[in-house]
Amino acid sequence: MKERVILNSKELEFTLQRLCYELVENHGNFSNTAILGLQPRGIFVAQRIHTYLSKITGNKKIEIGKLDITFHRDDFRRRENVLIPTPTEIDFILEGKKVILIDDVLYTGRTIRAGLDAMLAFGRPSLVELLVLIDRRFSRHLPIQANYVGKKVDTIESERVLVQWKETDKKDQILLYSQK
Amino acid sequence: MNKLSVNHLLGIKDLLKDDIELIFNTADNFKEIINRPIKKVPSLRDITICNLFFENSTRTKLSFELAEKRLSADIINFSSSSSSVSKGETLIDTVNNILSMKVDMLVMRHPNAGAAAFLSRNVNATIINAGDGAHEHPTQALLDAYSIKEKLGTLKDKNILIVGDILHSRVALSNIFCLQKLGANIKVCGPPTLLPKYIRSLQVETETDLNKALQWCDVAMMLRIQLERQQIKYFPSLREYSMLYGLTLQKVNKLNKEILIMHPGPINRGVEITSDVADSKHSIILNQVENGVAIRMAVLYLLAGKTKPTATL
Repeated sequence: MKERVILNSKELEFTLQRLCYELVENHGNFSNTAILGLQPRGIFVAQRIHTYLSKITGNKKIEIGKLDITFHRDDFRRRENVLIPTPTEIDFILEGKKVILIDDVLYTGRTIRAGLDAMLAFGRPSLVELLVLIDRRFSRHLPIQANYVGKKVDTIESERVLVQWKETDKKDQILLYSQK
Repeated sequence: MNKLSVNHLLGIKDLLKDDIELIFNTADNFKEIINRPIKKVPSLRDITICNLFFENSTRTKLSFELAEKRLSADIINFSSSSSSVSKGETLIDTVNNILSMKVDMLVMRHPNAGAAAFLSRNVNATIINAGDGAHEHPTQALLDAYSIKEKLGTLKDKNILIVGDILHSRVALSNIFCLQKLGANIKVCGPPTLLPKYIRSLQVETETDLNKALQWCDVAMMLRIQLERQQIKYFPSLREYSMLYGLTLQKVNKLNKEILIMHPGPINRGVEITSDVADSKHSIILNQVENGVAIRMAVLYLLAGKTKPTATL
């Protein structure tokens, strides 16, 4: 297994900050916009984005939630193991709000499809946008694209992208694993 | 652990501790879901479930039905009193006819012990036991243990007292298996005639003095006297039973500690428990009912996840 760093710690920080400024351009001080991190790994991106946005906008009350998509996935009963859920924590209503869905890697688009479905249990947002750190281009199974992209990478199916965080993996970095 | 070790839920005896913990963790998610404005998820939309009730039930039947609907399953209900069972059809014939209509899972309550296990060996569907005679009632035990864990944080080394008609109670047996697997100590209390002879072989202590037993316990689970299963008289009168083994506020107030009070329902107010106790702050009876839906959703979800859709067979 070969390992290559796509973004190191410093680059990842710059990318996150750039994404935040792009968000602020469109959403101002986030008074009517909430951010939702997709479980399990999108929540780390969402938390970082939330921290930067609070600093940039000065708004300390930007709403942030965690969304689990397990029960909305399209591969239930089609896998060897049962899909085990993670907690959903959304203590606000999405009705009429703008929502930024956040995940670490956009690959087939199926997770995002499930996320859009799961989100509707909390109300009908006025607008939904998608932010991802890594966009694995040319590998979509569904017509889904992100509005905000950290970095686009061209990968083949056997390759794997892993986003690591200080909180869980001791280091901020994004790695690409390939077979040879 | 990411799947159950069993393909059917026939009894707690067959489950591992890990299975129970997986069910509890999954139920946490479902509890959050059933408290949302929109309480439904689409996981089981391609599953059809038949609720087969050969015995009366209110809570269990409604709770299973609601759990199935919250998971988007299609459901059909069957009750033996209004069916061809009264015309002499056998259990296997009845069930195979139902399965011919493309049913994937069966939730069954039956007056005979072992009926669910028998069915699981003879028909091609996932079986969930919703009570079989005086044998097991696994989902009730799971929701009881889950409710205790929710209040006390853990089951480990907690003292749980089960009071009443232990001899005829499937709830008692399933709870003994379940709570022991989670590390709790169990004591049963009741008239000697209603305490089964071999209960000690399950490492369960017995006590005939309710006041002593209450002093020992952290949780008291009160059971109904199952007159419908009693062919002979096990005690002189309900009044005498109630005086000795009925839980009253006076008995609870005499304790120098707080205990949790549970009841699987239906309650016979004034017999095994008085109204002032059943409705007191110690009682978690209605929490048990709420948790029942979440636990049953978890069981249905985890068992359905082990099956394959027809399109991929």
